[in-house]
Amino acid sequence: MFEAIAFYLFAFLTISMFYITVTTSQALYALTALAAGMIFISAFFFILGADFLGAIQIVVYSGAVMALYAFGMMFFDTTREIKEKNGNKYIVTGLSILAALLVVAIFAGPIVSDNITALYPMTPGAGNTQEVGMVLFTKYLVPFEVAAVMLLVAMVAGIVLAGKKMDLSLTLMDEDEIRKMREEKNKKVLS
Amino acid sequence: MMEIGLNHYLVLSTILFAIGLIGVMRRKNLLMLFFATEILLNSVNISFAAISHFYGDLTGQMFAFFVIAIAASEVAVGLGLLIVWHKKHNNIDLDQMSMMRG
Repeated sequence: MFEAIAFYLFAFLTISMFYITVTTSQALYALTALAAGMIFISAFFFILGADFLGAIQIVVYSGAVMALYAFGMMFFDTTREIKEKNGNKYIVTGLSILAALLVVAIFAGPIVSDNITALYPMTPGAGNTQEVGMVLFTKYLVPFEVAAVMLLVAMVAGIVLAGKKMDLSLTLMDEDEIRKMREEKNKKVLS
Repeated sequence: MMEIGLNHYLVLSTILFAIGLIGVMRRKNLLMLFFATEILLNSVNISFAAISHFYGDLTGQMFAFFVIAIAASEVAVGLGLLIVWHKKHNNIDLDQMSMMRG
């Protein structure tokens, strides 16, 4: 009973939030709606008993990813709207729904067959975090390490790409140096 | 009251995936395109967790875990590239991205 109410409530909230994200023209509204949708998605994980995944969802998406997007948006002129010339709206919507159905059918096809046995069955009596830890550090240790290295590489790449020319700080420079730099910049723009 | 089964979650996942695909197909702003990609990844995560729950199998949760890790690193690299592009060309419009030379 309560599960059904929670499911329908959060399904409605998630769909409406993501719909706002897709349709709005303001990047800031899209960002906030996306963050709210991520929080609501973690509710599904808690309903499904995947507590660790729900916590990860809140920490990683609503914490790290949204903070990163908000940080990145400081670089862009988000108030300026980009003109989006759309083709036929119904064709886009129809094709998207068709493709989504196809993908879900492909992945859900094996479920229809009955002879499915759990590869790593859940142990009764153990908490979800404990189970996840057991499986992650015995069966999936190498992918876990690879994911860790990949995150490190991505972090270094992000810093290197975004952090160019960040070593010059206007607060640590003299007045003359700042004036000279501005003049050079103006010269470059004018020429 | 109707019992919530696996099909409910798969239908929800399909709807969210369709919304994400619509976003990917009609967005020209690259930042919005990234948002739509996040929606796609999250819809798949929901179905992974649901299958994991209804079959008593932890593999789905493991896959969702790795999908989240991939998404986080994608954001870091993609946003860095976007900032570089914006510094150079002063826009993030997909239609004006006709060359890849830095």
